[in-house]
Amino acid sequence: MLHALQNLDRRWIFLSMLIAVAIPILAKTVFPEVVSKQAKMVFDSIENLPDGSNILLSYDFDPASQGELLPMAQAFTRHCSIKGHKQYYMALWPLGSPMVDLSIDTIESEYPDMVYGEDYMKFDYKAGGEAVIRMITQDLRGMFPLDSRGVPLDQIPMTKNIKNIQDMDLIINVSAGDPGTKQWVQFAATPFGLTTISGCTGVQAPQMYPYIPEQLAGMLGAIKAAAEYEAAIDAVYPSINDNPKAQEAKRRMGPQLVAHGLMIGLIVLGNVIFFVSRKRGQA
Amino acid sequence: MKRTVPLIIAIIAGFVLLIANFIPFAEGWGLTAQEWFNILAVGAMILGGGNLIKLHLKKVSSQRKGWGYSAVTIVCFFGTLLIGMLKWGVHPNPLYANYSWSGYYLESGSGLWWIYQHMVVPLTAMMFAMLAFYVATAAFRAFRAKNIEATLLLITAGIVLLGRTYAGVWLFGWLDWLPEGITHFNLAGIPWLPIDFYSLQFDRLTIWIMEVPNTAGTRAITIGIALGVVATSLRILLGVDRSYLGQD
Repeated sequence: MLHALQNLDRRWIFLSMLIAVAIPILAKTVFPEVVSKQAKMVFDSIENLPDGSNILLSYDFDPASQGELLPMAQAFTRHCSIKGHKQYYMALWPLGSPMVDLSIDTIESEYPDMVYGEDYMKFDYKAGGEAVIRMITQDLRGMFPLDSRGVPLDQIPMTKNIKNIQDMDLIINVSAGDPGTKQWVQFAATPFGLTTISGCTGVQAPQMYPYIPEQLAGMLGAIKAAAEYEAAIDAVYPSINDNPKAQEAKRRMGPQLVAHGLMIGLIVLGNVIFFVSRKRGQA
Repeated sequence: MKRTVPLIIAIIAGFVLLIANFIPFAEGWGLTAQEWFNILAVGAMILGGGNLIKLHLKKVSSQRKGWGYSAVTIVCFFGTLLIGMLKWGVHPNPLYANYSWSGYYLESGSGLWWIYQHMVVPLTAMMFAMLAFYVATAAFRAFRAKNIEATLLLITAGIVLLGRTYAGVWLFGWLDWLPEGITHFNLAGIPWLPIDFYSLQFDRLTIWIMEVPNTAGTRAITIGIALGVVATSLRILLGVDRSYLGQD
């Protein structure tokens, strides 16, 4: 038995992980979420702004992190749209621009009263990372003379009076690495005192904690925090409960619970094998 | 000459940005330098692409092991580049209808959009998703409580893994059955210590781990890195460190 476990084919572990993830997806299992302090801070940062405030949303991630970050990005879009905030989208990653398009699709399909150029708009991707941030803190038109549709900023109602991003009431950064939240904190939030919140991957989250609450007003770390944020929106705006697309992060917590449980089981089993083998002088 | 000119450029650019940060009069210099940087960043992308092609062409021409993958890389690179640059399948922007290439390069239904939607998205998502399988096998084979440090790491990992799911709350549901006097005791009034039963709930303990020990450690590392960056930057600005110029 011990020998068999010691030499367990890894394909059995792959299969068990597949089953662990598949069952809650197929069973559509959704667990209740308790809104944590961090998720509440993020929610309040958007909720407490006066309706129609200017919000810059920078999507600094790509399809590789879509599973982890897109639900929170969409939740930001929905929350900002419900509040009637003006949304300025941009991306520091080349493949972040199509991610922005997904949020714009959400606005167009779920909030048809919102008008492009008056309520939301998009800047296209620019190379340069932190240099782009530094530049737009001083001169937005120097970096983006046109929006992504090729319209000069002076002809767009929501940008004609914007000189630089110091005119924004809040910056929301959804980040999967560099350039991302760290650069927004270093080159925008800290030097100019711009209120910034972040949604980032679980791997990145521990590095961002020292910036809270002075340089980051709040942070959502990975899909768990996104689910809590969705729960916070649901609590205040119950009508959003009817939209299954607005429950995407909560839906993903089912597979996460079972997969994490399996991981713990595997760690325990691995250690039992290790200690038994050591006792028998095989390790 | 080959090393002196880049060295002078680096020193001047470094000092300009440094001065622009501290002297209001020189703020504009910094913006100009940043514009140059953005133009150079685009140039660097071309240089990177050129380098990639050079490397893979060499591999194909010498028919080294795995040269077939390099051939696929080259075909995909030029295919995507051509489809993207020619804006294949993109309609002109209604604002500039007379200019056939004025449309959005990722317009729904266009060639580049198809590559992105049907190749880039599933391939990158698949690479990321495979991590779950590899992490599971690694956890089974390598995560051993061999010493005190490894045991601490293991316990912390277990708490965080459970704390990041509903199990963190559910496992401690029995606390609601206890009298309040037991669940809300206070040992020493130390604000950063989790010292009542509810604070030991895995989801709350996870938050405490992230906010206290993790933040302290990360802050120390960040300050250490920042000091290292300052020292290295000074060495580069003063021309002492020239390693970034390469060996030639």
